[in-house]
Amino acid sequence: MSENDSIVPRIPVGEWGDSALDWINDNFEWLLDFLATVLDFLVSTLTDALVTVPALVLVVVFALVGLLVRSWELAVGTVITFLLIIAMDQWVTAMQTLALVLIATLVAILVAVPIGILAARNERVSAVVRPVLDFMQTMPAFVYLIPAVVFFGIGVVPGIFATVIFALPPGVRLTELGIRGVDSETVEAGQAFGATPGQILRGIQLPLATPTIMAGVNQVIMLSLSMAVIAGIAGADGLGKEVVASISTLDGPQGIEAGLSVVIIAIYLDRVTAALGRPGDYPHSGLSMLRRRRAAGGGGSDAAQDEADERVEGGADQGRGLAQVGS
Amino acid sequence: MASISAEKLYKVFGRRPQRGVDALESGATRADLRKQGLTPAVIDASFDVKDGEIFVVMGLSGSGKSTLIRMVNGLLEPTSGTVSIDGDDVTRLTGEKLRRVRREKVSMVFQHFALLPHRTVGENAAYALEISGTNRAEREKRADRALEMVGLGGWGGSLPGELSGGMRQRVGLARALASGTDIMLMDEAFSALDPLIRRDMQDQLIELQHELGKTILFITHDLNEAMRLGDRIAMMRDGRIEQVGSAEEILNNPVNNYVAEFVQDVDRTRVLTAANVMEPPVAVLGTEQGPQTAHKLMREHQTTVLPVVRRDRTLAGLVHERDVATAVRDGGEMRVVPAEQVGVVRTGDHLVDLFGHATEHSLLVVLDEQDKVAGVIPRVTLLAALRSDPTSTSDTDQPTTTDAQLQPAGGAA
Ligand SMILES: Nc1ncnc2c1ncn2[C@@H]1O[C@H](COP(=O)(O)OP(=O)(O)O)[C@@H](O)[C@H]1O
Ligand SMILES: [Mg+2]
Repeated sequence: MSENDSIVPRIPVGEWGDSALDWINDNFEWLLDFLATVLDFLVSTLTDALVTVPALVLVVVFALVGLLVRSWELAVGTVITFLLIIAMDQWVTAMQTLALVLIATLVAILVAVPIGILAARNERVSAVVRPVLDFMQTMPAFVYLIPAVVFFGIGVVPGIFATVIFALPPGVRLTELGIRGVDSETVEAGQAFGATPGQILRGIQLPLATPTIMAGVNQVIMLSLSMAVIAGIAGADGLGKEVVASISTLDGPQGIEAGLSVVIIAIYLDRVTAALGRPGDYPHSGLSMLRRRRAAGGGGSDAAQDEADERVEGGADQGRGLAQVGS
Repeated sequence: MASISAEKLYKVFGRRPQRGVDALESGATRADLRKQGLTPAVIDASFDVKDGEIFVVMGLSGSGKSTLIRMVNGLLEPTSGTVSIDGDDVTRLTGEKLRRVRREKVSMVFQHFALLPHRTVGENAAYALEISGTNRAEREKRADRALEMVGLGGWGGSLPGELSGGMRQRVGLARALASGTDIMLMDEAFSALDPLIRRDMQDQLIELQHELGKTILFITHDLNEAMRLGDRIAMMRDGRIEQVGSAEEILNNPVNNYVAEFVQDVDRTRVLTAANVMEPPVAVLGTEQGPQTAHKLMREHQTTVLPVVRRDRTLAGLVHERDVATAVRDGGEMRVVPAEQVGVVRTGDHLVDLFGHATEHSLLVVLDEQDKVAGVIPRVTLLAALRSDPTSTSDTDQPTTTDAQLQPAGGAA
C-alpha cells in the first residue's frame, strides 16, 4: 500500500477491530471458555451417538422420519441416497457434519427466535436489528473465521461459531415476518378477550406464525450446510474437512464424494423441515394418517361426527339454531 | 342506566393528533386536517347504549365505525373524550385494569370471525374463559352450552376450517356468549356472510338478545340490517354521528338530506309497523249507540265505515254506511259486521304483513297487546305510508292525519 501520495489519512479500522476482538478475548475469557465447553460437549456427544449406532439402522431411522413427516417417496429416496453415502465411505464424516449442522441450527434458532419476537413487537428493536442482519448477510462468510479462530482456536467450536453467525439472519427475519404477518383481527380477538401479551404470543402469534418460522428454520439449516466447507477450514471434522484436504492434496475423487454427500444431506434436511412447517400440505404423511385414524376412532367423536353430518344435511345454516334457541 | 356511554369522542390518526381535535373544535374540516397529514376517523361522537338494547352504528366504509367500536373496549385510545361502561370511565385504563374490563364486561365478535385455526371449535368457544383462568371442566361446560345456544351442539371437536362461514361466525358468537359478559361488541359481524345465512344470523341474534338481555353494540354498513336489528340506530358519516333514533324516526324524520337520501331506498314495509301508520280511532261507535249516531259520525268524519267498540275499548264489530243508511231509512235494526269478520291487525305487525288484509277490507282495525282498539288504518293510509320521500308528502293535495303523524316535525329538512 502506498502511503505518500494520498491526502486521505490512513485509518486503521482493521487494527481497531482486531484489538476489539483481543479485548473481548481477554475480558470475556470465562464466557468464551464456557461456550466452548458446552458446544464441544454437545457436538461430540451427538457425533458419538450418530457414529455408534450401526449405519444401516440409522438409514432406516432417517427413512422413517421422512415417511412420518412427508411421504413414502422421501423415505425411498432417503434409503437410496444414504446408502450411497455409505458406499462412498463418507458415513462417519457425514455424521460429523450432520451433528455440527444440527447443533449450529439449534443454537441459531435459540438466538434468532427471541430476537425475531422482540423485533416483531418493538419498532425500535426492529430498526436496530435490520441493518445488523444486512451486515451479517453481506459480510463474506470467510471473514467470520477471524473472530471464530481468535476466540476459540482451531476445531469444531469455531466452526459452529462461524456457522451460527452466518446462518442466523433468516431465522430472525422470518420469525419477525411470521409474527407480524399473523392476522391482525385474530390478535385483536386475543386482546379483546383480555389476554395478556404473553398469552397472545404463546396462544395466537407463535402458533399462527409457525409455518413462516419453520421456513426460517429451513433456511438456517441450508445456510449451515453451506458453511460446512468453511467450518472444515476452521478445523471441524466432517465433510468440509475432506473437501479442504482434497484441495490441498489435489485429490479430486475425495472432494467430489464429500461434496455429493453434503448435497444429499442438504436435500434430506430441506424436505423434512419444509414438511414440518406445513403438515397440512402432506395428507399422506405418516403423522397425518395417524391423526386421522385417531380422530375417526373413539366412539364419542364418531357420534358427534354423525350428528354433524346430519345437521349439514338438515341445513344447520338455515335456521336450525334459531329453532332451538327460540324454544 | 346507560351501559355504554360515549361523550365527545374524537379519534385522530397521525402525529400529534390533539392539534387535530383543537382544529376540529374551532371549525376545521376533514380536508383541512388531511392537509396537515392527520386523519380524523371519529369526530365528536356522543351516544348512550341502554341496558339490554341493540344499538346499531350504521355508516359507509371508512366512516369511522370500526375506530368507534374499538374505543369502547380500549383497543384504541381516544384522542379526546370519554367512554364509560356501567358508569366507570374506561378510556384511560391500561394493563391489568383494562384486561379485567375486557374479561368481565365487554366481549367482541369480529367481521372475519378471528377464530384460532389450530384449536377445535370447543376450545375456541372456551377461549375467553381460558384467558380468565376458569378451570377446564367449568369452561368446557359453558362453551358447550354456548355452542348449543347458537345451534352448534356436537360440533365442539371439529376444527374451524371444517365449518362453513355461517357456522364459523356462530362459533365467534358462542365465544362471546361463553365469556358471560353483559355487553357484546359486533363489528360487521355478519357482513362477510351470504345474504340468506345473514338473515338467519340476524334472526338468531334478536332471539338471543330477547332471551339473554345482552347489551349489543352492532356495527354495519347495511341499512336493511341496521333497521332489522336496531332498537336504535346511529347514522354515521365521515366520522360524525348524524342522527340517533329508532328505525321509524330515521325513516320518517331524517335530520338532513344525507340521511334522507340514504334511507330512501329502504323497504319501508319491513321497517314500519301498524302502530307507525295508524290513525287514532276518533270516530268509533259505542255498542249502545244507534244508527242515528253512526250516521252523524260518518258525516262528520267523512268515512264509510265505523268500528264498534265496547266500554272497555275491545272490538265488537264494524258498521258500513249502506247498512247505517238502511237502518236510518227503515227504522229497523242496524246490521253490524261481527268482530271475527273485521280486518284486525296488531300494533307490532310490519306493513308488509298488512297488505293481505287490506285487499279484503277497506279499513283495518289495529289492536294493542290488551286487545283494545288502538287505531285504524284505512286502505288509502296504508298506501300513503309507502311513499319513500316523506319530505314532499306535505305538499301533496291530500294531506291526511296519517301524514301529519308520520312527520311530527312537519317534514323538516
Ligand atoms: N390505524 C390507522 N391509522 C391511520 N388511519 C386509520 C387507521 N385506522 C383507520 N384509519 C382511517 O380512519 C378512517 C375510518 O376507518 P374505520 O374506522 O376503519 O372505518 P369503517 O370501519 O367505518 O370502515 C378511514 O379513513 C381509515 O383510513
Ligand atoms: Mg370497519
